[in-house]
Amino acid sequence: MQIPAPFDYVRASSVDNALALLDRHGAESRVVAGGHSLLPMMKLRLARPDWLIDINDLFELDYLLVDGPVLRIGAMTRHTTLLESDDVRHLFPIICDAERVIADPIVRNRGTIGGSLCQADPAEDLSTVCHVLEAVAVVRGPAGERMLPMAEFHRGPYETAVAQNELLIEVRIPIRAGSASAYEKVERRVGDWAVAAAGASVTLAADGTISHVAVGLTAVGLERNVTEVEAVLVGQAPTEALFVEAGLLASQACDPLADQRGPIDYKRHLADELTRRVLRVACSRAAASVSEITS
Amino acid sequence: MTILEDRPSNPAAGDHDRPIGHGRMQRKEDPRFVRGKGHYVDDIVLPGMLHGAILRAPVAHARLVSIDTTAALAHPGVHAVITGTDLQALGLAWAPTLSMDVQAVLVTDKVRFQGQEVAFVVADDRYAARDALELIQVEYDVLPPVVDARKAMDPGAPVIRDDLEGRTDNHIFDWEAGNKAETDAVFASADVVVKQEIVYPRVHPAPMETCGAVADFDPIDGRLILYETTQAPHAHRTLFAMVSGIPEHKIRVVSPDIGGGFGNKVGIYPGYILAVVGSIVTGKPVKWVEDRSENLMSTSFARDYIMQGEIAATRDGKILALRTNVLADHGAFNATAQPTKYPAGFFHIFTGSYDLAAAHCTVTGVYTNKAPGGVAYACSFRVTEAVYLVERMVDILARKLEMDPAELRLKNFIKKEQFPYPNKTGWEYDSGDYEPTMRLSMKMAGYDELRREQKEKRERGELMGIGISFFTETVGAGPRKDMDILGLGMADGAELRIHPTGKAVVRISVQSQGQGHETTFAQIVAEEIGIPPEDIDVVHGDTDQTPFGLGTYGSRSTPVSGAAVALVARKVREKARFIAAAMLETRPEDLEWEKGRWFVKGDPSVGKTMAEIAMGAHGTVALPEGIDGNLDAEVTYDPPNLTFPFGAYICVVDIDPGTGHVKVRRFIAVDDCGTRINPMIIEGQIHGGLTDGVGMALMEIIEFDAEGNCLGGSLMDYLIPTAMEVPDWETGFTVTPSPHHPIGAKGVGESATVGSPPAVVNAVVDALAPFGVVHMDMPCTPSRVWEAMQGRTRPPV
Ligand SMILES: Cc1cc2nc3c(=O)[nH]c(=O)nc-3n(C[C@H](O)[C@H](O)[C@H](O)COP(=O)(O)OP(=O)(O)OC[C@H]3O[C@@H](n4cnc5c(N)ncnc54)[C@H](O)[C@@H]3O)c2cc1C
Repeated sequence: MQIPAPFDYVRASSVDNALALLDRHGAESRVVAGGHSLLPMMKLRLARPDWLIDINDLFELDYLLVDGPVLRIGAMTRHTTLLESDDVRHLFPIICDAERVIADPIVRNRGTIGGSLCQADPAEDLSTVCHVLEAVAVVRGPAGERMLPMAEFHRGPYETAVAQNELLIEVRIPIRAGSASAYEKVERRVGDWAVAAAGASVTLAADGTISHVAVGLTAVGLERNVTEVEAVLVGQAPTEALFVEAGLLASQACDPLADQRGPIDYKRHLADELTRRVLRVACSRAAASVSEITS
Repeated sequence: MTILEDRPSNPAAGDHDRPIGHGRMQRKEDPRFVRGKGHYVDDIVLPGMLHGAILRAPVAHARLVSIDTTAALAHPGVHAVITGTDLQALGLAWAPTLSMDVQAVLVTDKVRFQGQEVAFVVADDRYAARDALELIQVEYDVLPPVVDARKAMDPGAPVIRDDLEGRTDNHIFDWEAGNKAETDAVFASADVVVKQEIVYPRVHPAPMETCGAVADFDPIDGRLILYETTQAPHAHRTLFAMVSGIPEHKIRVVSPDIGGGFGNKVGIYPGYILAVVGSIVTGKPVKWVEDRSENLMSTSFARDYIMQGEIAATRDGKILALRTNVLADHGAFNATAQPTKYPAGFFHIFTGSYDLAAAHCTVTGVYTNKAPGGVAYACSFRVTEAVYLVERMVDILARKLEMDPAELRLKNFIKKEQFPYPNKTGWEYDSGDYEPTMRLSMKMAGYDELRREQKEKRERGELMGIGISFFTETVGAGPRKDMDILGLGMADGAELRIHPTGKAVVRISVQSQGQGHETTFAQIVAEEIGIPPEDIDVVHGDTDQTPFGLGTYGSRSTPVSGAAVALVARKVREKARFIAAAMLETRPEDLEWEKGRWFVKGDPSVGKTMAEIAMGAHGTVALPEGIDGNLDAEVTYDPPNLTFPFGAYICVVDIDPGTGHVKVRRFIAVDDCGTRINPMIIEGQIHGGLTDGVGMALMEIIEFDAEGNCLGGSLMDYLIPTAMEVPDWETGFTVTPSPHHPIGAKGVGESATVGSPPAVVNAVVDALAPFGVVHMDMPCTPSRVWEAMQGRTRPPV
């Protein structure tokens, strides 16, 4: 049994209570959501909070809501809930694609979207997904609520804009007609973190051309979307030749490190290969949904 | 799951159409496991018990400058902090390994691998013990490490074992088997010779339960009870007596339920000894259970063989000879568990299933700054490495000759009539009939159809591979004249008692870690004396309760203890005949046996059942001269030879050409382990071993960086396959009984671990043939497969 350093523990009863507890216990206090990132780090004594503030009683943060032009996801929504939601599958297939390959059922039953985004692990899948979907994070603190686009929320590996005394409350994803999305990951084994992964979201205009596109990469040293692809794809009808061009741009934009999961050139190759694949799938899904709407 | 039974008769079972003693019965041990009522070392709680934790070295090679334990001792709840200096005073700083080397219990002079034991804290609970570890101040003088075994013998290499007198290098042993001159001559005149370096990287058994012990030393009568995760309780008791000076009759070793062994729990680890020392020092029971990282980083690893293979053949595909030079990385202490005469285990079975004109191997063992071990992970004493080498070499030869690998194997098998077969390195294969086994696997696979499908797919640029492995194992060590561990001959005992009401207890010297002994051994007794297995209790794992023997590893339980149990049951049956004769007032030779009963020849209605005889034995009937008033017997079995199970495995993989990801689509395993006792238990052993094999082939490796830091210290880094990585296993079998085993059984526990890795790798290499890939080393991870596709295969170490 791996044993964490000593810590104190308290259960928060509401969002306000959690914020008050964070304030009271100060710098060395941390909230625990699903615990599937924080607890392993504590057991390895890489994280040593003095206080753990358990937010698992905050059922008010566990919801999925289609609210006009946005999907609102409470920060305590579990991976499993996202994976099993019909709304999510229908609106944002990228989320289902990603959830299917995040860890295993045991982790997915506990792990939350809030914990995933706040952990900001470079190999974490939902960060890429949220970047690609141009999500907005709702963060609450003593001074009230802030709305942060992913580019501002996510500051780099293991770093977000959420201050020690703040909580991520909600993730909002804009719903666009004629859109579809896809995610693909290469892993050494089911449940392993990504060697590399890519996600794409495309919106097709009525004439079948791409009116909007976003491509993101996981675990290859790029903390933003591959914005370079927009100039190539937007306004064009999707073709294999364009995907090839986009793949090339993705492989150039990323900055992977060599590790046990593979050398740099392999990871660049995956950025290319997977970008092509997710664009292909996203475009064909979008075309299907456009024809569904028009028929 | 497909189960295809091509079942010849089974004369040993006394019944042509079914396996031994109630065959496919459910395991007697399962009710407690499936209800969560197994009782493991960590479940043991003794009154007043304290908890130990080990401080481990953060670096691979360093001189120990100083240790300051003051703050740790002052930590609330801490009872003792033990260092190497304290052990030195007790003469316990070093302990013998199972390979005639010594291993530091706690560092006194120098750290020799990352994760090595430096100090031991005993405290009220495991939390206090763990927290106190951080308060021990240690100063190290870091030395350059030897990480790459290939450089261990370089002239300027740092000398790791300067504790051994006169040591000036990192050499451990040179060993050889076969005839070099003969082999070289065959090679010199052969039409075709192919060479290949083949690396079997370091892997770890990673049993679900890590290692641990509870030591309970009674200072008043000097008795030690040691609850331990051990596969060999009796051998441990003897060794503890030799090391600690506690007389052997005052030591009781108990191995309760064990959550997987795979050879990881054969050796004696410093933690066990430290638990004992902790109990002696504090006068209280001390529990020590390692965590997952400690298990992966410090306990017995497996493999780490760098093999230069060469195979010689005629142009038309007659295999003539094999030779290999092996560099074996044994880590910082030579602590492999194997028979004394065989420093490379049974690697010399690398001649495989083929009739060769000559064979020769050399093995050189070296020290490196890594955790010790080598023989583990269900390897049958390095048969894994041997089978991997020969089965890869045969495939490489097939490619060179442009022959189908199945055809090449069929052409070169040892023929049925050649058994018992003396191979070129000193083994005598007991029995075999390889061709039907191979053909059955091909039939189950639809081999020709698969090759057709592969051809079509290749034309479309799809990567599909078919891999074959045909293995022969040598298990059931072994004849005591040849085989011992630290002087203890590798025999095993069994005692059988039939209680007055006809219920029985059989006590065995081997210990189960999931093999189903409580069921299998009851079935053997049931078969021999005709009482149902439900009425037979199997006792194991406690040295006070069982006869002496060397334990469970190397697939030896059924070949050795299984034989002991069959023989002890026959002894009881014979004794029952005399008692029955007394009861029936007739002569023993006038009685005839049918399962469970002796009756009068010619008058089957007059007889006595085992239960009646048991009551009679303990009753008032006058017994003949020399027959004691009980129905008990004991036996120690010294096997005349090893047994040689074999099998044919076929693996089908699909590789994603864009990512290099390998998917095992199908796996067909046909095993021949001689007489089958409980087919369900056999299939369970096969399923587990095949999963292990897929894991080793595709993902498992313990890597080190240039500083000697272990990169596989957690299950996030050391990958183990899940149900998602393996297909539905398709198992089949043939039966070729062992001629020298009392019931013809051969052992099967490790067959699948041994036989499956080459099948998977052969399939991967076959799939990559369009890229000109002739060989790639394990693990076949997506990145390594992709590199192979780029023409950049590279060894993993
Ligand atoms: C074996 C294993 C495999 C995994 N594989 C993958 C994988 O392949 N891909 C992947 O993406 N993830 C993977 N994960 C991570 C998993 O998805 C985690 O659940 C997730 O990263 C963290 O979510 P959590 O709710 O468990 O967060 P926690 O561990 O509870 O918290 C993580 C961090 O976020 C903070 N935090 C949590 N919630 C909030 C909030 N509302 N506001 C502010 N701060 C907050 C915590 O203080 C902590 O610092 C894996 C985990 C495990 C154990």
